[in-house]
Amino acid sequence: MALSTDEVRHIARLARIALSDEEVERMRDQLSSILDHFEVLSDIDTDDVPPTAQSFELTNVERADEAGEPIERDLALDGAPRREDGYFRVRAVLD
Amino acid sequence: MTTDASIDLDRTAHEHATALRAGDYSARQLAEATLARVRAQEHLNAYITLTEELALAQADAADARIQAGDAGPLTGIPVGVKDLLSTKGIPTSAGSRMLEGYRPVFDCTVVERLQQAGAVVIGKTNLDEFAMGSSNEHSAFGPVRNPWDTSKVPGGSSGGSAATVAARGVPLSLGTDTGGSIRQPAALCGVVGVKPTYGRVSRYGVVAFASSLEQVGPFARDAEDGADLLTAIAGVDPLDSTTAPEPVPDYTEGFERGFEGLRVGVPEQFFAEGLDDGVREAVEAAIGVFEAGGATIDRSVELPATPAALPVYYLIAPSEASANLARYDGVKYGFSFTDGESVDEEMSETRGRGFGDEVKRRIMIGTYALSAGYYDAYYLKAQKVRTLIRREFEAALTDHDLLLTPTAPSVAFGLGEKMDDPYAMYLNDLYTLPVNIAGNPAISTPCGFDQGLPVGLHLVARPFDEATLLRATHAYQAETDWHRQAPAPSN
Repeated sequence: MALSTDEVRHIARLARIALSDEEVERMRDQLSSILDHFEVLSDIDTDDVPPTAQSFELTNVERADEAGEPIERDLALDGAPRREDGYFRVRAVLD
Repeated sequence: MTTDASIDLDRTAHEHATALRAGDYSARQLAEATLARVRAQEHLNAYITLTEELALAQADAADARIQAGDAGPLTGIPVGVKDLLSTKGIPTSAGSRMLEGYRPVFDCTVVERLQQAGAVVIGKTNLDEFAMGSSNEHSAFGPVRNPWDTSKVPGGSSGGSAATVAARGVPLSLGTDTGGSIRQPAALCGVVGVKPTYGRVSRYGVVAFASSLEQVGPFARDAEDGADLLTAIAGVDPLDSTTAPEPVPDYTEGFERGFEGLRVGVPEQFFAEGLDDGVREAVEAAIGVFEAGGATIDRSVELPATPAALPVYYLIAPSEASANLARYDGVKYGFSFTDGESVDEEMSETRGRGFGDEVKRRIMIGTYALSAGYYDAYYLKAQKVRTLIRREFEAALTDHDLLLTPTAPSVAFGLGEKMDDPYAMYLNDLYTLPVNIAGNPAISTPCGFDQGLPVGLHLVARPFDEATLLRATHAYQAETDWHRQAPAPSN
């Protein structure tokens, strides 16, 4: 299955990955070739077969609703590229 | 007490444990000798960070425990830890530029359990970026070299963990296995590697790649050491709700029974096209050892849906990765591009510059497979075929205790050889990744050489039956000495 350049740009946009023009071209060829290998799946009969999300289904695990020790705020912010007044700082989302 | 220089670093962990308890040398001397050895092997590029300060503190604590008569099998034993496992206050890179400068604020559960067992963490080992790769060439810190031939890859993604155990740097290390990332490098480096059953070992604090497939597991030089390390790290963790409540045995129990009563299935399809002749010969010889030892061999096992495991894996793993890696936004920690005009631009540039090629490729595949209009045809379809593969393994292991195959289709290949063809690289994991799809436990152990490079024997067991894997491996190692072969120290 051949992907178009526009499709590759659209996927990159959904994934929030900036790609150079050269990367878009390379990615288009490589992804198209990988997708070709997925075609064999459509030949396998999976009518009435339920999907497996993980191998050995465990039932939900719950614990008592008790507060634990939180991570100290300064420590949590320690690796932040930008911080201000005890918060992570980002650029304005709305103009 | 002996001097550091005379400590025999070719010893296994259980041999060191005996010597430590006898007072032949201290844990501190062992840690110092180990650090000197791994520094002398810097050209292998097996470590991203050496944790000398931590190691010496842990060694002193281990010596106190040994003195007090409170030592277990891992007390004072040097261990390498894949740099995908969070270590409090110590850089944890996942082999990526994206986590530049990142120091976790907590330890992952397995590292905490190592600490409780008294082990000595020597350093954080090199890996393919975010554990995505089969050659360790996709590391932002450069490739690891195979100690048997430094022009060859060590396998991946846990390449550093495999290489340092093979090179007699450390007797034990931890890796993670999502599609073969412990077993394939174990095979290519000539050591033992165990992928536990999904849910056997906690994933808490392991940098997430494909959450429904990955497990932490040991690298060792023999079955006994692998069993001791697995015993230490396995079991329920309140911080990981996918850990199973099954009790954890002492995995060395039953070793005395050898091959007795073992029914081994050999799926012929794993010996067909694509398998190198030298690998086939070594594995066939190993089958002979099992048979001579009293195991029953059945060559009529068929797994008809299993050839689809490769496409199933390369849909499910990238899909989960695209969700898991969405957290890297340049806001909270790690690499960040901050010269943009908007949140969107900064996030996209951070991810475009911070991730390497293979990681971007997989996020793109996963994003596509999960996107509107393609979900049913790709992701859901893959999950349904996953059910078929799981059922096949269940059926094949009803009348057999083990399945036996090669671990990888060839011995270690040259650095750079497969970098231009992602799918050719993926074929390395053809024999290992069906097991992650099914969830079963599996092991790789050395079973010979082809072109001077180690070959791996792959055994698969029923869910939560790691004990049989280790027992069979121990029985095989009692009859052979492939696991005792060491690469030339000059490498």
